[in-house]
Amino acid sequence: MQLADAFSLNSPASWVLWFVVLTLAMYFARIPAHRVILTLTRAIYRALRMSSRSVLRAAEKLVQRNSEVLLAAGREAAERIVEREFERVDAGVRRDLSECPTLNRRLSEQVTKMEEDHDQSKVVPPTPPGWVNAVKAVADIDSKGDPMVAKILESIQTSLVKAQEQARNDYRTATESRHQHLKNMIPAWRKAIQLLGQVDGKVTSLLQRTQIIDRHMDEYENIIKKSDRAERMLSSSSLVQFFISLFVLAIAVGGALINFNLIARPMAEMVGGGNYIGGFKVADIAALVIILVELSMGLFLMESLRITRLFPVIGAMSDKMRIRMIWITLTILTSLACVEAGLAYMREILLQDELATSALLRGGDGTSYQVQFQWITTAAQMGMGFVLPFALTFVAIPLETFIHSLRTVLGIATVGSLRGLAVLLRTVGDGFRYVGKALVDIYDVVIFLPLWLESQVKSHSGGVRKPARGQS
Amino acid sequence: MKRFLSLAGIALALVLTGCDEPIPPGRGVYMLMDTSGTYTGELKQAQRIINAILARLDPGDSFAVARIDTGSFSEKDIVAKITFDDRPSMANQQKRKFRQLVDDFVRKVKPAAFTDVTGGVLQAIEYLNEKNPGRKTILIFSDLKEELKKGYKRKNIPLQVDRFSVVALNVTKLRSDNIDPREYMDRLEYWQTRIEEGGGRWRVINDMDRLERVLGD
Repeated sequence: MQLADAFSLNSPASWVLWFVVLTLAMYFARIPAHRVILTLTRAIYRALRMSSRSVLRAAEKLVQRNSEVLLAAGREAAERIVEREFERVDAGVRRDLSECPTLNRRLSEQVTKMEEDHDQSKVVPPTPPGWVNAVKAVADIDSKGDPMVAKILESIQTSLVKAQEQARNDYRTATESRHQHLKNMIPAWRKAIQLLGQVDGKVTSLLQRTQIIDRHMDEYENIIKKSDRAERMLSSSSLVQFFISLFVLAIAVGGALINFNLIARPMAEMVGGGNYIGGFKVADIAALVIILVELSMGLFLMESLRITRLFPVIGAMSDKMRIRMIWITLTILTSLACVEAGLAYMREILLQDELATSALLRGGDGTSYQVQFQWITTAAQMGMGFVLPFALTFVAIPLETFIHSLRTVLGIATVGSLRGLAVLLRTVGDGFRYVGKALVDIYDVVIFLPLWLESQVKSHSGGVRKPARGQS
Repeated sequence: MKRFLSLAGIALALVLTGCDEPIPPGRGVYMLMDTSGTYTGELKQAQRIINAILARLDPGDSFAVARIDTGSFSEKDIVAKITFDDRPSMANQQKRKFRQLVDDFVRKVKPAAFTDVTGGVLQAIEYLNEKNPGRKTILIFSDLKEELKKGYKRKNIPLQVDRFSVVALNVTKLRSDNIDPREYMDRLEYWQTRIEEGGGRWRVINDMDRLERVLGD
C-alpha cells in the first residue's frame, strides 16, 4: 500500500521517485532507444529523398515530353509558314512569268522603234552639187576690167551664193530631221527604263521573299536540330500567345455576353417565358444555345477556310466539299444573324411595352412610352444583333492559339510544381534527419546525471566511453 | 455575366448528368382584401400593392385577388384571377386588363358586414394548390380581426399551408387595440400560430416601403 502511495503522483516525493525511475530506465534503454530514433528518422529521410528523386525524374521526363511537344508544334507551325511563303512565291512567279511575254514584246517594240529612229538619224546630209568647185574656179578668175567678164563672173557668183544657201538650207533641214528622230527616241528610252524597272521590282520582290524563306528555313532547321535556342524561342512564344489569346477570348466572352442579353428577353416570345429546365428559363437556355451554335458555325467556317486547324477531318476534305461547307456554314451564320437582328428589334418593342405597362401600374396614363430618337437605339441593337455573330466567328483564331499554347503553359506549370514538390520533400527529409539527431541529444540531456556519473566512473577506472551517436 | 456563366455551367451539367427532377416553375400569389366595415377605406392602398405585385410578376405566374366578406370560402369572392401567358407581350396585356378589373371592383365595392378571414385563406389554399406553382404566397390585406356571421363554422379548421408563405399586410390597429394592445398582439400571434402549425411561413409587413420583399424572398 505504501509502495502504491509512493507512485501515486500526489506528493513531490512521488514525483522525484518517478523521475529517478524513468531516468534509470532511459539510461539502461539508451542504446536501443537511440537506435530506434535514428532508424525511424533515417527511414523517413530516405523515403522522402527517394520520393524527391522520383518526382525530379518525373519532372525531367515531363520537361523532355514538353520539349518534344513544343518542337513538334513549332515544326508544324514553321512548315505551315514556309509552305505559305512558297505558295506566295509560286503565285508571284506565276503572275510575273505570265506577264513576261508581254513585257518582252513591249521591250522589243521599243527597241525596234529606237533602232528605226537611230537608223534614220544616221542619214548623211546632202552634199553640195559637184559643179560648184568648177564654177568657183571660174569665178576666181580676174576680170581685168572687162565689164562683160565682170558681169558674167558676178552672175556666176550670185548663182554660187544661191547654190550655197540652198545647200546650207538642205543640210539644216536634214540635221533637223535627224535631231527629230533622236528626240523621238527619248520616250522610247523612258518606256524601256520603266519596263526594266518593273522587271527589277519583281525580281527584288522575289529576292526579298526568298530571304524570308531563308530565315524561316533557318528556324525550321534549328527546330529539326532540337537546339536550345529554338526551344527557348518557342517556349517564350507560346507563353506570349497564351496570354494574348486569353485576353482576346476574354473580350470575346464580353461580346457573347452582350449578344446573350440582346436575345434572351425576346426569346421568351418564341419559346415562352414561363418554362424552366433545371431551374433555368428555357428562353435563356435557347439564347445560349443560339450563341453556342453561332460559335460552332464560326469554328467550322474558319476551319473550312483553312484559317484554323482544330478539326483534321475538315482539313482533310476535298476542296469541293470544303467550299460547300463554307457556303453552308456561312448561310447558317447569316440566317442566325438575321434571327438575332429580328430578336433585337423585338426586344426593343417588348421593352417599350413593359415600360408602358409599368407606367400604367404606377398610375400613369398607360399610353405608349415613346422616347425621342428611339430609332437610334433600335437600329443600334439590330446592327449589333446582326454583326456580333460574324464577329464571334473570329473567336476560332484565338481559341486555337489558346488550346495549343495551353499545353505548353500547363506543361511548364506542372514541371514547376513537380520541382517545387521535390525541393519540399528533400527539405522535409533533411529536417527529419536533423530531428533524429536532435532527439538523441535531448534524450541524453534528460539522463545527463547517470551519464555524468558513468563518465566519472570510467575516467577513474581509466576506461573511455564511446560517444553515444557513434554506437548507433 | 453571372447568369450567362451559370447557364453555360448548367448546360454542361445537363449534358453530363441528364435532366434532374423538374422544379415546379413560377410563382402563385393570392391576395385577400378585407372589405369589411371601415377597412374599405384602405383599399386604395391595396390597389397600389396589387399594381406593384403585377409589375413584379413574370410570364407563367398566377395571381388572384379575392375579397374577404361575410363568407369568403367561395369562388364568387374572387375579384380577378389569371395565369399569365408565357409570352411577355401577352402577359403585359393581361396585366393591364387585370388592373382594370381591380380598379372597377374598388370603385364599386360595398362594405361587408362580417369578416371571414379563415374562409378566404382556405379558398386561397385551394386555388394555389390547384395551380401548383413553385412558390405559393398568400397576402392578407386585413386587420386580421375575424368576425363571423352566426352559423358560420371556421374554428379548429386546420390550415394546410405546407411550403406556403403567408404575409399579413397593413395590419391596422383598431380602436380597441389602442385601449389594450394585447388584443392586437394576441391577434397576430393567433394567426402566426395557425399558419406555422399548418407548415407555412408567417410574416407581417406594415411598412409598405418594404413591399418589394413580399415577392423577393
